Amino acid sequence: MTQEQTIPLFEEVVNGWNKLSLSGGVKKESSDLRRARQSAFDKFRELGFPSIRNEEWKYTNLARFLKDEFTIEGWEVPGKTVVPDAALVKKAGITLLDCYQIVLVNGSWDGTIGGGTLPKGIQLLKVAEARQDPALSVYFEKQAAWGDQHFANLNAALFTDGLFIRVDAGVTVEKPIHVIHVYTSESNLLVQPRNVWVVNRNAELSVVESVVSGGTAKIWVNGLTEILVHQDARLHHTMIQTAGAGVRLVQQTTVHQHRQSLYNNFTITLPGADLVRNDLQARLEEEHTESHLYGLYLAAGHQLVDNHTLVDHQKPNCLSNELYKGVLLEQSTGVFNGKVYVHKDAQKTNAFQQNNNLVISKKATIDSKPQLEIFADDVKCSHGSTVGQFSEEALFYLRARGIGEESAKSLLINAFAFDVTEKIRIPEVEAHVNELISLHIPVNHA
Amino acid sequence: MLTIKNLHAEVEEKQILKGINLTVNAGEVHAIMGPNGSGKSSLASVLAGRENYRVTQGEVIFKGENLLDMSPEVRAREGVFLAFQYPIEIPGVSNINFLKTALSEIRAHKNLPPLDAKEFLRMSREKQKLVEFDAQLVNRSLNEGFSGGEKKRNEIFQLAMLEPALSILDETDSGLDIDALRIVSKGVNKLRSENNAFIIITHYQRLLEYIVPDFVHVLYDGRIVKSGTKELALELEEKGYDWLKEESREKATTI
Repeated sequence: MTQEQTIPLFEEVVNGWNKLSLSGGVKKESSDLRRARQSAFDKFRELGFPSIRNEEWKYTNLARFLKDEFTIEGWEVPGKTVVPDAALVKKAGITLLDCYQIVLVNGSWDGTIGGGTLPKGIQLLKVAEARQDPALSVYFEKQAAWGDQHFANLNAALFTDGLFIRVDAGVTVEKPIHVIHVYTSESNLLVQPRNVWVVNRNAELSVVESVVSGGTAKIWVNGLTEILVHQDARLHHTMIQTAGAGVRLVQQTTVHQHRQSLYNNFTITLPGADLVRNDLQARLEEEHTESHLYGLYLAAGHQLVDNHTLVDHQKPNCLSNELYKGVLLEQSTGVFNGKVYVHKDAQKTNAFQQNNNLVISKKATIDSKPQLEIFADDVKCSHGSTVGQFSEEALFYLRARGIGEESAKSLLINAFAFDVTEKIRIPEVEAHVNELISLHIPVNHA
Repeated sequence: MLTIKNLHAEVEEKQILKGINLTVNAGEVHAIMGPNGSGKSSLASVLAGRENYRVTQGEVIFKGENLLDMSPEVRAREGVFLAFQYPIEIPGVSNINFLKTALSEIRAHKNLPPLDAKEFLRMSREKQKLVEFDAQLVNRSLNEGFSGGEKKRNEIFQLAMLEPALSILDETDSGLDIDALRIVSKGVNKLRSENNAFIIITHYQRLLEYIVPDFVHVLYDGRIVKSGTKELALELEEKGYDWLKEESREKATTI
């Protein structure tokens, strides 16, 4: 049986492709970009949506999420924006954080920036415009990089909007950019934001992304973010996912790192969205790069949270450090798959990975899979994975001081998360994340 | 304040306490001594509500209420404090935040409003001084990386902050050097009053030179086999526990 017969979204995607060829501003795009879209679409059509027979999706069964019908929105009026719900934007706001704030609604930005005028040397553009700009088109044409990745190909074929950021060489942007992604709809929707961020030589930027949702419908977000961190550049990237019920969030982030660059990533997932699948890929393409990947996932309800990471050590003398911590509540399911690939050339690689899980409820599960593939012989690599429960001793100690069982558990969850949250470089963001953790620990854990 | 009657308890189906009787009144300090494995720490655990202990017989009345019916946190809020023999390290929970949470839950239980930040800070400073506890340790993660002595001093600092009616010190002197022992004892002596009571569990007489008890009890094989005043502790120091073991065995056979 083909997917056309079983998955309504597959049919909608094919229809969408036909519509896109006629409108959506694609005609104004470069011929290379149009070719890239075509081959991405052909690839997706060949691959279809992933099933559990696919190794990368073994523990994440999409069947129950793909039953619903979704409509693709975007190309009738490319770049069209919905006015964001003020309450949602407020919810995503970070108390006391001095930042530039921009809001994307269903992947589109209206061009307004809160928090002051941007300094010289940084450009923010709508992707709806950037993709038609001959000078920027090159950033959207790299289809070959998506390989056999189902959702990345789907996005590469059909994307219409998103956020383009470029920082000029030598520029340090002092204030972080807070990007609030609002997803809201009254009818089921497939949204495919495409973001491209370029941090040029010796430039520095901090981006904090918050994902929130509203409305009553189901929304499938298939996000694709491509990041280029050039020589000596530094990018600090935090993603806080607090989308609510009905949202299926598939986010692929691919980072290309050049010589002596630094990339810090914090991926924080909180209870809410039905499905979260993060694919974070750090490609260390030149020597002496440094990458730190920190993750914290708190899953509850029937949520499925899957973090797939890839650290691709292509060249010698690079350092990668990865720490993912998970707290599984209620009937939630967590998946962690951390692949570290050290190429034959990548001698003197230092690659460290750790995944720790706290399973609070008897009905919650976690599949943790470290995956090291090392082809160089002079490297330092380590990995570890643990699954545990509350320490009874610690719980008793807190209770013996008058702290109720629920508060004690809440304190211990915060403490467990602390190894990750303390690394967040911006104190206001750290406080915000800690608050979210406390807020989302349900009263009844069982 | 506390009445223990014929208390029997087991852990992992092994009988540990075999009929303890003890009455502690406000203003009193009771020392409980005894050889290893006699049930001293088990008694402390049962009183604090450690869940792997099962009470099979007897009762414990604390301030007129059945203590054994209460959860560990309710016992603490009612005024029972156990200074742990091995305080737990909890990385990521700050000492001060932990105390703030504990104090506000205890106050809420007594229908008192939480202390505001300023009052709390003032109280914390005052108590730090009282028990000679290093201010830098207050802001660190709970017991993380503390030396053995620092952990024990932190227990006494917590005791000072939470102002319990009944404090049970479980081998607080073990692992302390003479200076730390002196500081801990000084703290306890300052906290003693006619309204509170202490049960001091110790293996050695040494601690009792600093904290002078009103009563000394010897625990052996799950029972209190001898009670007396502070002189009993000295006698034990001199003669060891063997003579009591003999005595207790004789008693057991004659009954």
